[in-house]
Amino acid sequence: MRIVILGCGRVGSTIASTMFREGHDVTIIDQAPDAFRRLAKDYQGRTIVGNGIDEDTLRKAGLDRADAFVATTNGDNRNIMSVQMAKVRFKVPKVVARIYDPIRAYAYAELGVETLCTTCVGAGLMRDMILGKPFAEIGNYLSFGLQTPPTGKEEQEDA
Amino acid sequence: MLKSPIYVIIVGGGKVGYHLAKTLLSEGHEVLILEKDRKTYEWLIEELGETVMLGDGCEIRTMTEAGMARANVVVAVTGDDEDNLVICQMAKRKFGVPRTIARVNDPKNEELFRELGIDQTVSSTRIIYNLLDQQIETGEVIPLAALKRGEIELVEVDITPGSPVEGQKIGQLDLPPNTLIISILRDGTPIVAHSDTKLRVGDSVIAMIKAEREKELQAVFSGETA
Repeated sequence: MRIVILGCGRVGSTIASTMFREGHDVTIIDQAPDAFRRLAKDYQGRTIVGNGIDEDTLRKAGLDRADAFVATTNGDNRNIMSVQMAKVRFKVPKVVARIYDPIRAYAYAELGVETLCTTCVGAGLMRDMILGKPFAEIGNYLSFGLQTPPTGKEEQEDA
Repeated sequence: MLKSPIYVIIVGGGKVGYHLAKTLLSEGHEVLILEKDRKTYEWLIEELGETVMLGDGCEIRTMTEAGMARANVVVAVTGDDEDNLVICQMAKRKFGVPRTIARVNDPKNEELFRELGIDQTVSSTRIIYNLLDQQIETGEVIPLAALKRGEIELVEVDITPGSPVEGQKIGQLDLPPNTLIISILRDGTPIVAHSDTKLRVGDSVIAMIKAEREKELQAVFSGETA
């Protein structure tokens, strides 16, 4: 699989290093060249220095022929924008945006943008560890903590 | 007074947001600026009073508190395209705001933003680029964006050779009432327009006007009578 990863932080570098080892064609983008130090020593995929919400950078990274695109920068909005760019501009079949803010992740998931809220999943798994419960299917954790997912409009009417 | 004042939420209290708010307030509209930087917020509060809210305009909680569900227009003018996109998308899709306007810093993003549902985009980079490619009549007023119902317009006027206002100070111009000169684009850079700023050939004057004043503004810059 040809995969392009945006953001060479802990998550991005781990996905890149692991998937390269598994035999995938991996390209990773970060605006700080220094970030690539996090990659495993045996990583021989491509590294691209650049801004992940710049079409030219994404094209350089081979997004027009990528099978998957994952956005893992520290900026939720940056991730949201880059995956929409990947979908709309480059027609990448599989995209995922890592989102910290549960509400934003839920809102965009509703809008059809593939998001993974690591805050929700992490919190849910930890709750089950604390309670000694066996882990459930991942779907049970995706909106963990969001009892009444906000719609904005309803809250406004209540106020 | 205006027949129908509208509620405009401006996200980003930089120069563009500040001047836009001031103009809209003077027209009798209801305005709220969302600003996340505390220092900027405090300055804005002093300048504009209780029309500023401290908070991240990308957060649903802030948006809800700001009353986004009843806003007629949301204008996202932060310096980051990704923030402006998310603000407008959330405003439209989660709060049903009828009109969203985003400032676009990278002109390549204009088309993408429109494909992603943003009603209108404004790119100063694009404006400057277009100038290189256009034959412009002396004093021609180029509309850049219209606020709800087109009552207020953001326009550009280019100072071409032979313009009667060349060399004049902004303070000397006999502008129509309620015209606000927002900025001068000079040599590709936006500069703050002071009353003693002299206009040069090649300058682009960016202004907010009431739509019905467009002809009067054109007259000032072309030297012809309206």
